[in-house]
Amino acid sequence: METRNIPTRRELFTGFFGIGIVGFGGVLPLVHHMLVLRKGWLTDAEFTELLGLGQILPGPNVVNLSVAVGGRFHGASGALLAFSGLLLAPFCIAMLLVSLYQQYRGLPALQQVLAGLAPAATGLIFGMGLRLAAKLERSSWCIALAVATFVAIGLLHWPLLPLLLVMVPLAVTLAWHLQQKEPA
Amino acid sequence: MSAMLLALFLVFGQLSLMAVGGANAVVPEMLRMVVNEHGWMTAAEFTALFAIAQSAPGPNVLVASLVGWQMASLPGAAISLLGICGPSSVLSFYVARLWQRFRDYKLCHAIQRGFAPLSIGLVLGGAWLLAGIANTGWSAWLLCAVSALIAWRTSLHPLWLLGAGAVAGLLGWV
Repeated sequence: METRNIPTRRELFTGFFGIGIVGFGGVLPLVHHMLVLRKGWLTDAEFTELLGLGQILPGPNVVNLSVAVGGRFHGASGALLAFSGLLLAPFCIAMLLVSLYQQYRGLPALQQVLAGLAPAATGLIFGMGLRLAAKLERSSWCIALAVATFVAIGLLHWPLLPLLLVMVPLAVTLAWHLQQKEPA
Repeated sequence: MSAMLLALFLVFGQLSLMAVGGANAVVPEMLRMVVNEHGWMTAAEFTALFAIAQSAPGPNVLVASLVGWQMASLPGAAISLLGICGPSSVLSFYVARLWQRFRDYKLCHAIQRGFAPLSIGLVLGGAWLLAGIANTGWSAWLLCAVSALIAWRTSLHPLWLLGAGAVAGLLGWV
């Protein structure tokens, strides 16, 4: 197991607070950057594992991830601190924005900034996905499953729930059989 | 007032447990409940709130708090956010804990190994879906590709890339 840093409760709160306040256009790449690259609280493999859990379970993925990370280091209080750290600033900002929106609808400069922000933010998600994909095990079944999921969601726009109901048992069964065949 | 708060909590609490794959997965269902089932607002009002939520930082669940704000001001906003995050968070907390205890079992290895490629497929597929909406022209696709390449190959802080995107937008390049 690689060595990693253990955050204090205060660091959990401030770490996730920092993500919440700057996380325009989805916060997942920022969470990965903080947890793995900057703070070293998790390895890439652990991040993929916890993200996977967050994706199978219902609820916002990043919120699930924050609860799992907080809980892993400091139990219920850690989970609560990571959760509230993540949501506090965005909640206040959203309240401010919706009050402002009532007065200034559709400023052109704001529209332009958003038009540039959105592609950059989407690129970040691609970047994180590619970084994780590069660390995936190099076997044909693994690549086939990743590509099939990508195509079903990204290109075919299939609904998620039935897709997961098919793909999760398939993937786990495949992995199980391979595991039984491999020497321990 | 308290009846409205309870109604908000119940609606978003249900959505919380339905949101497999993240908050965006239940936005159509949220619209159906808020607009058609409860008649709290028109579809156009809901869409405007959704756009505002997207332009705030943070996870995409904020739309729930904006609907709550519209219906019952600040208490409504807080209750709605708690509703959409609470039930799923409690579930995640306990599952993550169980996972930590049993992760060395063979079945957990298989779950973990099998889910890794799905997880990556979901991230990239979701990104592709968003790109189709966010990237309105070739310059936006270029910006998106450059941002992806830098984020993949370097550990530059994402805020620099977002800042560059915002400036490019302000200058009218995108």
